[in-house]
Amino acid sequence: MDNAALKERILGLVPDAEFLENKQFLTFVIPPAKMHDLALKLKFETDLAFDYLFCLSGVDMVNYLEVVYHLESTTQKHQLVLKVRTADRENGSVDTVCDIWRTAELHEREVYDLLGVKFNNHPDLRRFFLEEGWIGHPLRKDYVDEVNIVEF
Amino acid sequence: MKEIINLPVKNVEEEEYHINMGPQHPSTHGVLRLVVSLQGEIVKNLKPHCGYIHRGIEKMCEKDTYPQIIHLTDRMDYLSAHINNHAVCLLVENALEVEVPERVKYIRTIVDELNRIASHQLWWCSFGMDLGGLTCYFYGLRDREKILDIFEESFGSRLLHSYYIPGGLMMDIHPNFQQRVKDFIKYFRKKIKDYDKILSGNIIMHERTRGVGVLSKEDAISYGVTGPSGRASGFSCDVRKHHPYGVYEKADFKEILGTAGDTLTRYNMRMLEMRESMKIIEQLIDNIPAGDHAAKMKAVIKLPAGEYYQRVEAARGELGVYVVSDGNKSPYRMKFRSPNFSNLSALDHMSRGCKIADLVAIGGSLDYVIPDIDR
Repeated sequence: MDNAALKERILGLVPDAEFLENKQFLTFVIPPAKMHDLALKLKFETDLAFDYLFCLSGVDMVNYLEVVYHLESTTQKHQLVLKVRTADRENGSVDTVCDIWRTAELHEREVYDLLGVKFNNHPDLRRFFLEEGWIGHPLRKDYVDEVNIVEF
Repeated sequence: MKEIINLPVKNVEEEEYHINMGPQHPSTHGVLRLVVSLQGEIVKNLKPHCGYIHRGIEKMCEKDTYPQIIHLTDRMDYLSAHINNHAVCLLVENALEVEVPERVKYIRTIVDELNRIASHQLWWCSFGMDLGGLTCYFYGLRDREKILDIFEESFGSRLLHSYYIPGGLMMDIHPNFQQRVKDFIKYFRKKIKDYDKILSGNIIMHERTRGVGVLSKEDAISYGVTGPSGRASGFSCDVRKHHPYGVYEKADFKEILGTAGDTLTRYNMRMLEMRESMKIIEQLIDNIPAGDHAAKMKAVIKLPAGEYYQRVEAARGELGVYVVSDGNKSPYRMKFRSPNFSNLSALDHMSRGCKIADLVAIGGSLDYVIPDIDR
């Protein structure tokens, strides 16, 4: 499916998705409550068939935390980027997609560890790199560590 | 008559217990800890514990300029250092729409493939050793040394080269480079037959790997298992074919695909891939065009605000670099989608129901490099 048709299709599924201009990929911001439903449709509807989640990242945009999903279909050969935003820095949460794309399980643990986004219904949401009891989430912009981070 | 005393011994077959494999276990090839739940000798499930070598490379990138970041990427998957460099260079060049000279593209492609062979050679040594064949280690390292010598002569270092810079190469290749690469290919074509004689047809190796750790195509895609490990399951995921970069389009090579998805197939994928890499190098090595070794770039590299993503085929699978730029000389956020990280996520699924000795074989066939997982 080409990008124009894909755009229509996504907007048909989630009318309040926000379209973002991006040269490389077709990009949408999806309301957190609708992400899981959309993800199911994206993977299992045959004309979409997004079976390969090739990257899942978290970004701290200061006003909100963002989870970015890079998706590809190995059969239809199209690509898509979805973003989910949460403004609540303390208890912000997003539904997990690791029941749909299994690779998300470790990626979501990494995002939780380093950015502090919680994932609802995740089977094993613990820190991945840092030890239990670590204070703060290092990839946040307001993270302070006077010992390990040296400012020049 | 002697009385027989029955000691109250529990049947260990019925009891589930946990053991730690690593962080200092030789078969994990680095500081990875796997907490394995066992019933008798059968693996029930396993949980990876990472972070022993987490250096916070993504956080460091937020303070560094793009040319500096290149030096950090070497330290992720140090066995495919050139290819990691390539990912960042391509990202910067595509974002700034810089056209690099043809010569650079040729040299980068050749060096990437040499790097892939060197990496697979080291994998072959350690895989053989994991299965108890110590001879492999000496054979593999002996031949890898030849590639490292070529690297040392041309780029000044053997492991962490940082040879690519945004816009081109740090310096031109050494005058001996082409001849030495050709000599190496001639040499290695003979030697790879020895590899097959020692291990590929070995009945003990076959018994230990055939049908072990099977990963179906659907699972490989769902877990994001890429590279030779994913292709062994039939997942066509070669970035060199699907999203070509460098001069891969000009070279005639096959994407090696398997069907069985077991440990033996993953082994065969890499053995065949080394031959394909040699084929690519042979086609390109005599055709390196003359010209500059770097395009003109601004002294301070700033990416326009926006998002960029670049994928390359590293030795272990698809490496992705995701950059959010706010227009400054350092990225606002830099994320590395490392192939080993995703490959590791499938280890639990693959090893369930296997014997604990099979876990060593499966781990060896996934060929993970821990600094790339932890970053």
